[in-house]
Amino acid sequence: MKHLMAVSVLSLLGIFVALYLLLWKIGVLGDLSCTTDGCETVQTSAYSDFLGVPVALYGVVGFAALFVVSLLGLQPRWLERREPTILVTALSGIGLAFSAYLTYLEAWVIHAWCQWCVASAVIIAVIFALSLLGSLIWQNSETEA
Amino acid sequence: MARALNMKYFYALLGVIAVAGTAAIWLASRGGAPPVRVLDEPLSLGASAFPGYVMGSDSAPVEIVQYADYTCAHCATFTVLHGPTIVNRLVQTGKARLRFRGFALYGVSLLPMNAAECAGEQGKFWEMHDALMFNQNEWYSDPKWHTSRSTIRTFRRYARDAGVDVEQYDKCVEEGRYYDRIIATREEISAAGLRSTPTFDVGPYRAIGMISYDSLRAMVETVAEERQ
Repeated sequence: MKHLMAVSVLSLLGIFVALYLLLWKIGVLGDLSCTTDGCETVQTSAYSDFLGVPVALYGVVGFAALFVVSLLGLQPRWLERREPTILVTALSGIGLAFSAYLTYLEAWVIHAWCQWCVASAVIIAVIFALSLLGSLIWQNSETEA
Repeated sequence: MARALNMKYFYALLGVIAVAGTAAIWLASRGGAPPVRVLDEPLSLGASAFPGYVMGSDSAPVEIVQYADYTCAHCATFTVLHGPTIVNRLVQTGKARLRFRGFALYGVSLLPMNAAECAGEQGKFWEMHDALMFNQNEWYSDPKWHTSRSTIRTFRRYARDAGVDVEQYDKCVEEGRYYDRIIATREEISAAGLRSTPTFDVGPYRAIGMISYDSLRAMVETVAEERQ
Protein backbone atom coordinates (compact mmCIF):
# COMPACT_ATOMS: atom_id res chain seq x y z
CA MET A 1 0.00 0.00 0.00
CA LYS A 2 2.79 2.40 0.90
CA HIS A 3 4.42 1.99 -2.49
CA LEU A 4 1.17 3.04 -4.20
CA MET A 5 0.97 6.11 -1.97
CA ALA A 6 4.52 7.03 -2.98
CA VAL A 7 3.68 6.41 -6.65
CA SER A 8 0.66 8.74 -6.37
CA VAL A 9 2.75 11.54 -4.88
CA LEU A 10 5.56 11.12 -7.41
CA SER A 11 3.27 10.85 -10.41
CA LEU A 12 1.45 14.02 -9.35
CA LEU A 13 4.83 15.79 -9.25
CA GLY A 14 5.59 14.28 -12.66
CA ILE A 15 2.33 15.65 -14.09
CA PHE A 16 3.33 19.19 -13.15
CA VAL A 17 6.89 18.83 -14.50
CA ALA A 18 5.60 17.52 -17.84
CA LEU A 19 2.77 20.07 -17.94
CA TYR A 20 5.28 22.89 -17.42
CA LEU A 21 7.32 21.69 -20.42
CA LEU A 22 4.20 21.19 -22.52
CA LEU A 23 2.85 24.67 -21.80
CA TRP A 24 6.21 26.19 -22.76
CA LYS A 25 6.34 24.09 -25.90
CA ILE A 26 2.97 25.33 -27.12
CA GLY A 27 3.85 28.95 -26.33
CA VAL A 28 1.66 29.51 -23.26
CA LEU A 29 4.67 30.22 -21.04
CA GLY A 30 6.98 32.96 -22.22
CA ASP A 31 10.20 31.83 -20.61
CA LEU A 32 11.58 28.46 -19.61
CA SER A 33 13.29 28.44 -16.23
CA CYS A 34 16.53 26.55 -16.70
CA THR A 35 19.79 26.25 -14.80
CA THR A 36 21.42 23.79 -17.20
CA ASP A 37 21.42 26.15 -20.19
CA GLY A 38 20.15 23.42 -22.47
CA CYS A 39 16.41 23.29 -21.88
CA GLU A 40 15.54 25.29 -24.98
CA THR A 41 17.95 23.34 -27.13
CA VAL A 42 16.34 20.09 -26.04
CA GLN A 43 12.79 21.42 -26.20
CA THR A 44 13.20 22.88 -29.65
CA SER A 45 15.10 19.94 -31.09
CA ALA A 46 13.50 17.60 -33.60
CA TYR A 47 13.37 15.00 -30.82
CA SER A 48 10.99 17.06 -28.70
CA ASP A 49 8.18 15.62 -30.82
CA PHE A 50 7.40 11.93 -31.19
CA LEU A 51 4.99 10.82 -33.92
CA GLY A 52 4.00 14.44 -34.37
CA VAL A 53 3.04 14.91 -30.72
CA PRO A 54 5.12 16.87 -28.19
CA VAL A 55 7.06 14.47 -25.97
CA ALA A 56 5.88 16.44 -22.93
CA LEU A 57 2.29 15.47 -23.74
CA TYR A 58 3.24 11.79 -23.45
CA GLY A 59 4.65 12.68 -20.05
CA VAL A 60 1.46 14.39 -18.89
CA VAL A 61 -0.71 11.49 -20.07
CA GLY A 62 1.64 8.83 -18.69
CA PHE A 63 1.99 10.38 -15.25
CA ALA A 64 -1.77 11.03 -15.15
CA ALA A 65 -2.42 7.35 -15.89
CA LEU A 66 -0.01 6.31 -13.13
CA PHE A 67 -1.68 8.75 -10.73
CA VAL A 68 -5.16 7.40 -11.45
CA VAL A 69 -4.15 3.72 -11.25
CA SER A 70 -2.21 4.19 -8.01
CA LEU A 71 -5.11 6.07 -6.42
CA LEU A 72 -7.55 3.37 -7.50
CA GLY A 73 -5.23 0.78 -5.99
CA LEU A 74 -5.55 2.54 -2.64
CA GLN A 75 -9.32 2.25 -2.58
CA PRO A 76 -10.75 -0.44 -0.23
CA ARG A 77 -12.06 -2.46 -3.16
CA TRP A 78 -8.59 -2.85 -4.69
CA LEU A 79 -6.44 -2.69 -1.60
CA GLU A 80 -6.01 -6.45 -1.24
CA ARG A 81 -5.46 -7.04 -4.95
CA ARG A 82 -2.21 -6.99 -6.82
CA GLU A 83 -3.48 -5.88 -10.25
CA PRO A 84 -2.97 -2.13 -9.63
CA THR A 85 0.63 -2.75 -8.61
CA ILE A 86 1.25 -4.89 -11.68
CA LEU A 87 -0.33 -2.25 -13.92
CA VAL A 88 1.73 0.53 -12.33
CA THR A 89 4.88 -1.56 -12.80
CA ALA A 90 4.07 -2.18 -16.47
CA LEU A 91 3.18 1.46 -17.20
CA SER A 92 6.21 2.84 -15.41
CA GLY A 93 8.41 0.26 -17.17
CA ILE A 94 7.24 1.61 -20.53
CA GLY A 95 7.74 5.16 -19.26
CA LEU A 96 11.22 4.33 -18.02
CA ALA A 97 12.23 2.82 -21.37
CA PHE A 98 10.97 5.92 -23.19
CA SER A 99 12.75 8.20 -20.69
CA ALA A 100 15.96 6.22 -21.12
CA TYR A 101 15.75 6.77 -24.89
CA LEU A 102 15.18 10.51 -24.40
CA THR A 103 18.06 10.74 -21.93
CA TYR A 104 20.29 8.94 -24.43
CA LEU A 105 19.30 11.55 -27.05
CA GLU A 106 20.16 14.38 -24.66
CA ALA A 107 23.57 12.92 -23.86
CA TRP A 108 24.74 11.64 -27.24
CA VAL A 109 22.68 13.23 -29.97
CA ILE A 110 21.51 16.67 -28.86
CA HIS A 111 24.46 17.25 -26.50
CA ALA A 112 22.38 19.35 -24.15
CA TRP A 113 20.60 18.73 -20.87
CA CYS A 114 17.18 19.87 -19.81
CA GLN A 115 16.80 19.79 -16.04
CA TRP A 116 13.05 19.25 -16.23
CA CYS A 117 13.49 16.27 -18.55
CA VAL A 118 16.07 14.82 -16.17
CA ALA A 119 13.70 15.40 -13.24
CA SER A 120 10.96 13.59 -15.12
CA ALA A 121 13.32 10.68 -15.89
CA VAL A 122 14.34 10.41 -12.23
CA ILE A 123 10.70 10.43 -11.12
CA ILE A 124 9.71 7.65 -13.51
CA ALA A 125 12.78 5.62 -12.50
CA VAL A 126 11.87 5.89 -8.80
CA ILE A 127 8.24 5.02 -9.54
CA PHE A 128 9.33 1.92 -11.44
CA ALA A 129 11.72 0.87 -8.66
CA LEU A 130 9.03 1.30 -6.00
CA SER A 131 6.35 -0.52 -7.96
CA LEU A 132 8.74 -3.35 -8.79
CA LEU A 133 9.63 -3.61 -5.13
CA GLY A 134 5.91 -3.60 -4.27
CA SER A 135 5.29 -6.41 -6.77
CA LEU A 136 8.09 -8.52 -5.31
CA ILE A 137 6.92 -8.01 -1.73
CA TRP A 138 3.42 -8.98 -2.82
CA GLN A 139 4.70 -12.09 -4.54
CA ASN A 140 6.71 -13.11 -1.48
CA SER A 141 3.78 -12.58 0.88
CA GLU A 142 1.56 -14.70 -1.39
CA THR A 143 4.20 -17.45 -1.52
CA GLU A 144 4.52 -17.45 2.27
CA ALA A 145 0.74 -17.57 2.69
CA MET B 1 -8.91 3.98 12.34
CA ALA B 2 -5.14 4.37 11.97
CA ARG B 3 -5.45 3.66 8.25
CA ALA B 4 -8.20 6.24 7.85
CA LEU B 5 -5.96 8.80 9.54
CA ASN B 6 -3.04 7.88 7.29
CA MET B 7 -5.20 8.29 4.20
CA LYS B 8 -6.36 11.67 5.45
CA TYR B 9 -2.77 12.92 5.66
CA PHE B 10 -2.02 11.32 2.32
CA TYR B 11 -4.88 13.10 0.54
CA ALA B 12 -3.90 16.33 2.28
CA LEU B 13 -0.37 15.91 0.89
CA LEU B 14 -1.73 15.34 -2.63
CA GLY B 15 -3.87 18.47 -2.23
CA VAL B 16 -0.86 20.53 -1.17
CA ILE B 17 1.17 19.30 -4.16
CA ALA B 18 -1.71 19.99 -6.55
CA VAL B 19 -2.19 23.53 -5.25
CA ALA B 20 1.58 24.26 -5.19
CA GLY B 21 2.06 22.87 -8.71
CA THR B 22 -0.86 24.82 -10.12
CA ALA B 23 0.33 28.00 -8.41
CA ALA B 24 3.89 27.52 -9.69
CA ILE B 25 2.74 27.12 -13.29
CA TRP B 26 0.32 30.03 -12.96
CA LEU B 27 3.11 32.25 -11.64
CA ALA B 28 5.43 31.07 -14.41
CA SER B 29 2.82 31.92 -17.01
CA ARG B 30 2.51 35.44 -15.58
CA GLY B 31 6.07 36.21 -14.60
CA GLY B 32 7.64 34.51 -17.57
CA ALA B 33 5.46 36.09 -20.20
CA PRO B 34 7.47 38.44 -22.36
CA PRO B 35 6.78 42.04 -21.53
CA VAL B 36 4.90 44.13 -24.02
CA ARG B 37 5.97 47.72 -23.73
CA VAL B 38 5.17 50.89 -25.55
CA LEU B 39 8.07 52.21 -27.56
CA ASP B 40 9.04 55.87 -27.23
CA GLU B 41 9.84 55.82 -30.90
CA PRO B 42 9.37 52.76 -33.10
CA LEU B 43 12.47 51.76 -35.05
CA SER B 44 12.39 53.75 -38.27
CA LEU B 45 12.88 51.92 -41.54
CA GLY B 46 13.47 55.08 -43.54
CA ALA B 47 17.27 55.10 -43.54
CA SER B 48 17.70 51.39 -43.08
CA ALA B 49 20.60 49.42 -44.44
CA PHE B 50 17.95 46.92 -45.47
CA PRO B 51 14.32 47.09 -44.35
CA GLY B 52 13.79 43.32 -44.51
CA TYR B 53 11.50 40.98 -46.36
CA VAL B 54 7.78 41.59 -46.37
CA MET B 55 4.95 39.11 -46.69
CA GLY B 56 1.41 40.34 -47.15
CA SER B 57 -0.49 43.25 -48.58
CA ASP B 58 0.76 46.84 -48.60
CA SER B 59 -2.76 47.88 -47.69
CA ALA B 60 -2.84 45.78 -44.51
CA PRO B 61 -3.61 48.15 -41.62
CA VAL B 62 -0.93 46.78 -39.30
CA GLU B 63 2.65 45.65 -39.77
CA ILE B 64 4.34 43.04 -37.59
CA VAL B 65 8.10 43.48 -37.60
CA GLN B 66 9.92 40.38 -36.45
CA TYR B 67 13.61 40.54 -35.55
CA ALA B 68 15.11 37.07 -35.56
CA ASP B 69 18.27 35.06 -35.95
CA TYR B 70 18.46 31.61 -37.52
CA THR B 71 20.73 30.38 -34.72
CA CYS B 72 18.18 31.37 -32.07
CA ALA B 73 16.25 28.38 -30.71
CA HIS B 74 13.26 30.48 -29.64
CA CYS B 75 13.04 31.99 -33.12
CA ALA B 76 12.83 28.53 -34.67
CA THR B 77 10.29 27.38 -32.10
CA PHE B 78 8.18 30.44 -32.74
CA THR B 79 8.33 29.91 -36.51
CA VAL B 80 7.44 26.22 -36.22
CA LEU B 81 4.63 26.70 -33.72
CA HIS B 82 3.11 29.98 -34.81
CA GLY B 83 4.48 30.87 -38.24
CA PRO B 84 1.83 29.03 -40.27
CA THR B 85 -0.97 30.36 -38.02
CA ILE B 86 0.24 33.95 -38.47
CA VAL B 87 0.38 33.54 -42.23
CA ASN B 88 -3.04 31.88 -42.44
CA ARG B 89 -4.94 34.01 -39.96
CA LEU B 90 -3.29 37.42 -40.06
CA VAL B 91 -1.36 37.82 -43.31
CA GLN B 92 -3.60 35.99 -45.79
CA THR B 93 -6.72 37.55 -44.29
CA GLY B 94 -5.24 41.02 -44.85
CA LYS B 95 -5.27 41.91 -41.15
CA ALA B 96 -1.50 42.39 -41.05
CA ARG B 97 1.65 42.07 -43.07
CA LEU B 98 4.81 40.50 -41.74
CA ARG B 99 8.23 42.06 -42.07
CA PHE B 100 11.21 39.86 -41.25
CA ARG B 101 14.40 41.61 -40.27
CA GLY B 102 17.40 39.37 -39.80
CA PHE B 103 19.27 40.30 -36.63
CA ALA B 104 22.57 38.40 -36.67
CA LEU B 105 23.37 37.97 -33.01
CA TYR B 106 26.72 36.29 -33.59
CA GLY B 107 29.39 36.09 -36.24
CA VAL B 108 28.31 32.57 -37.15
CA SER B 109 24.76 33.85 -37.72
CA LEU B 110 26.03 35.29 -40.99
CA LEU B 111 26.13 31.85 -42.62
CA PRO B 112 22.42 30.92 -42.53
CA MET B 113 21.38 34.55 -42.94
CA ASN B 114 23.50 34.96 -46.05
CA ALA B 115 22.08 31.68 -47.38
CA ALA B 116 18.56 33.05 -46.91
CA GLU B 117 19.52 36.29 -48.64
CA CYS B 118 21.08 34.36 -51.53
CA ALA B 119 17.80 32.51 -52.00
CA GLY B 120 16.02 35.83 -51.53
CA GLU B 121 17.72 37.42 -54.53
CA GLN B 122 16.01 34.73 -56.60
CA GLY B 123 12.65 35.45 -54.99
CA LYS B 124 12.77 32.42 -52.69
CA PHE B 125 13.49 34.08 -49.38
CA TRP B 126 10.46 32.80 -47.47
CA GLU B 127 10.93 29.22 -48.68
CA MET B 128 14.57 29.27 -47.54
CA HIS B 129 13.64 31.06 -44.33
CA ASP B 130 11.16 28.31 -43.45
CA ALA B 131 13.61 25.56 -44.39
CA LEU B 132 16.30 27.04 -42.10
CA MET B 133 13.90 27.59 -39.21
CA PHE B 134 11.88 24.37 -39.46
CA ASN B 135 15.03 22.27 -39.80
CA GLN B 136 17.19 24.20 -37.36
CA ASN B 137 17.93 21.11 -35.35
CA GLU B 138 19.27 19.29 -38.39
CA TRP B 139 22.16 21.71 -38.88
CA TYR B 140 22.41 23.54 -35.55
CA SER B 141 22.59 20.48 -33.29
CA ASP B 142 26.10 19.76 -34.59
CA PRO B 143 28.43 21.80 -32.33
CA LYS B 144 30.79 22.31 -35.27
CA TRP B 145 28.07 23.24 -37.74
CA HIS B 146 29.62 26.62 -38.56
CA THR B 147 32.88 25.05 -39.75
CA SER B 148 31.38 21.95 -41.28
CA ARG B 149 31.17 21.39 -45.02
CA SER B 150 28.04 19.36 -44.43
CA THR B 151 26.23 22.52 -43.25
CA ILE B 152 26.93 24.13 -46.62
CA ARG B 153 25.61 21.02 -48.34
CA THR B 154 22.53 21.02 -46.11
CA PHE B 155 21.78 24.68 -46.87
CA ARG B 156 22.36 23.97 -50.56
CA ARG B 157 19.80 21.16 -50.39
CA TYR B 158 17.28 23.50 -48.77
CA ALA B 159 17.91 26.02 -51.54
CA ARG B 160 17.50 23.41 -54.27
CA ASP B 161 14.27 22.13 -52.67
CA ALA B 162 13.03 25.71 -52.53
CA GLY B 163 13.45 25.98 -56.30
CA VAL B 164 16.57 28.14 -56.25
CA ASP B 165 19.05 28.07 -59.17
CA VAL B 166 21.86 26.36 -57.28
CA GLU B 167 24.68 27.60 -59.52
CA GLN B 168 23.86 31.22 -58.81
CA TYR B 169 23.20 30.43 -55.18
CA ASP B 170 26.61 28.77 -54.76
CA LYS B 171 28.36 31.80 -56.19
CA CYS B 172 26.45 34.10 -53.84
CA VAL B 173 27.30 31.93 -50.81
CA GLU B 174 30.98 31.67 -51.73
CA GLU B 175 31.24 35.45 -52.11
CA GLY B 176 29.44 36.08 -48.83
CA ARG B 177 27.55 38.55 -50.96
CA TYR B 178 25.26 39.86 -48.25
CA TYR B 179 27.62 39.87 -45.27
CA ASP B 180 28.09 43.65 -45.35
CA ARG B 181 24.38 44.31 -45.52
CA ILE B 182 23.64 41.85 -42.72
CA ILE B 183 26.30 43.45 -40.50
CA ALA B 184 25.03 46.95 -41.29
CA THR B 185 21.50 45.86 -40.38
CA ARG B 186 22.76 44.35 -37.14
CA GLU B 187 24.52 47.56 -36.21
CA GLU B 188 21.46 49.61 -37.01
CA ILE B 189 19.18 47.40 -34.93
CA SER B 190 21.68 47.22 -32.05
CA ALA B 191 22.06 50.99 -32.06
CA ALA B 192 18.30 51.24 -31.58
CA GLY B 193 18.66 49.30 -28.31
CA LEU B 194 17.42 45.91 -29.40
CA ARG B 195 19.38 43.12 -27.75
CA SER B 196 17.63 39.78 -28.17
CA THR B 197 15.58 37.67 -30.52
CA PRO B 198 12.86 37.06 -31.28
CA THR B 199 11.51 40.55 -30.81
CA PHE B 200 8.24 41.75 -32.29
CA ASP B 201 7.26 45.33 -32.98
CA VAL B 202 3.62 45.97 -33.77
CA GLY B 203 2.96 49.70 -34.11
CA PRO B 204 4.11 51.27 -30.86
CA TYR B 205 4.24 47.96 -28.98
CA ARG B 206 7.20 45.66 -28.54
CA ALA B 207 7.20 42.07 -27.25
CA ILE B 208 10.50 40.41 -26.48
CA GLY B 209 11.01 36.65 -26.45
CA MET B 210 8.83 33.68 -27.24
CA ILE B 211 5.22 34.81 -27.38
CA SER B 212 2.04 32.96 -28.13
CA TYR B 213 0.01 33.49 -31.28
CA ASP B 214 -2.79 34.90 -29.13
CA SER B 215 -0.49 37.58 -27.69
CA LEU B 216 0.62 38.65 -31.14
CA ARG B 217 -2.94 38.67 -32.47
CA ALA B 218 -4.00 40.80 -29.49
CA MET B 219 -1.25 43.31 -30.31
CA VAL B 220 -2.36 43.44 -33.95
CA GLU B 221 -6.01 43.96 -32.97
CA THR B 222 -5.12 46.64 -30.44
CA VAL B 223 -3.11 48.61 -33.01
CA ALA B 224 -5.84 48.17 -35.64
CA GLU B 225 -8.45 49.51 -33.20
CA GLU B 226 -6.27 52.44 -32.17
CA ARG B 227 -5.83 53.44 -35.80
CA GLN B 228 -9.54 53.39 -36.63
